[in-house]
Amino acid sequence: MRAPRVIPCLDVHDGRVVKGINFLDLIDAGDPVELARRYDHEGADELVFLDITATSDNRATMIKVVEMTAETVFIPLTVGGGVRSVEDARQLLRAGADKVSVNSAAVSDQFLVQRLADEFGRQCVVVAVDAKSREGGYEVVTHGGRQRTGIDLKQWLQRVDHLGAGEILLTSMDRDGTRSGYDLELLQLATTTVSVPVIASGGVGTLSDLVDGVRLGGADAVLAASIFHSGEFRIDEAKEAMSDAGLNVRPSPYPRTR
Amino acid sequence: MSDLVVVDYGIGNLRSAQKAFEAIGVSATLTSDRTTIGNASAVVLPGVGAYGRCVEALASEGLTETLRECLSLGTPFLGICVGFQLLYEASEESPGALGLGVFEGTVRRLSSSVKVPQMQWNRLHTEGPLATNLLAGLEEDPWVYFVHSFAPPVGEETVATCDYGGKVAALARRGTTVGAQFHPEKSGPVGLKILENFVAQAKGDLPWN
Repeated sequence: MRAPRVIPCLDVHDGRVVKGINFLDLIDAGDPVELARRYDHEGADELVFLDITATSDNRATMIKVVEMTAETVFIPLTVGGGVRSVEDARQLLRAGADKVSVNSAAVSDQFLVQRLADEFGRQCVVVAVDAKSREGGYEVVTHGGRQRTGIDLKQWLQRVDHLGAGEILLTSMDRDGTRSGYDLELLQLATTTVSVPVIASGGVGTLSDLVDGVRLGGADAVLAASIFHSGEFRIDEAKEAMSDAGLNVRPSPYPRTR
Repeated sequence: MSDLVVVDYGIGNLRSAQKAFEAIGVSATLTSDRTTIGNASAVVLPGVGAYGRCVEALASEGLTETLRECLSLGTPFLGICVGFQLLYEASEESPGALGLGVFEGTVRRLSSSVKVPQMQWNRLHTEGPLATNLLAGLEEDPWVYFVHSFAPPVGEETVATCDYGGKVAALARRGTTVGAQFHPEKSGPVGLKILENFVAQAKGDLPWN
């Protein structure tokens, strides 16, 4: 039976989790390994780490964070941010990541997705796609939404599906940071276009947004950051809300601690 | 137990299996050395990606015969994901590629009525005439993490299935040979408990059934 996943996303900068709107006003949200452990305990189904600076100095720090996380948390871990080559991906996988996420580099170097899939298997390759609405549809954007590419979203999704994406992490740049819910039209477009799983991202403000993402948008997984980092909602509360709405979700495997 | 080996044949993220064993206090050696594998007291065979590629990688490391010997000698053996599928004779995914063939049948693509790959957590339901202690100490129908597009047939050796467009073989055992379609090393505390049970069985501290 289908079981939608709940995935907290941790934006990592200089070895710390940060939050902010569209990469502005970064606020420290804690130690990534600690947060990863907490989310695991609350029943997170997977974790996503995004290295939001992705300079070479920061890469070494990120690898340490991935290593430490993989030693303590035994759920799937996706790591992205600045992955430009098979070698970049190999380093992260070797450190303990299970999947790597590519975004801008997949746009500028289209066969990167194919090379990653050939080397590590499709299941390792998450293609992160940032979308912005435009007249008559959606356009792929990069660099946190600041750079338009002119590429039509639907065509891009078909292309990366064909090239070997194992999963699509789809962020609505119109909704990101607004807390007004996922862009359900965008999600429907993606989930009816590609054959692989789609992770919904961008805009979650309430727990019913998670339910809508699955039920109305057709998402296979729901990703959120600030509602969890702020402590406003716990993962197990999110799971409860989804379960109450009739979705088949995995409860936390640990006894409730508080 | 000091000589549990994780077979390193250049496929996939082997560190995660090694780290999971370390987390339960078992040192696991990553190796492609035939002698070390042949003398191991337990063998873990991971695998991701295409079936044919895994078959070729085992052959090019000269490990196919070593693993067949371990299996025929009854060395405790755990195949994970494609490593589980390799215990069967062949796979629809890679026609012509021969598996280790300790279990009968051909690995087939998941039902087209559901999204493929199955990339999610799912519940295990115990099945079949052969009991297993691999799930000892766990709650009924525990949740584990799957990532796969193909699966072995449900047969006599199947001890647990999950429901994904029909019954999917998730855990199999015959004698001291076991296979898991899911990833115990990525299934949180439930997965660690399954690995712990496997180690206890390999050591003789827990009966196989």
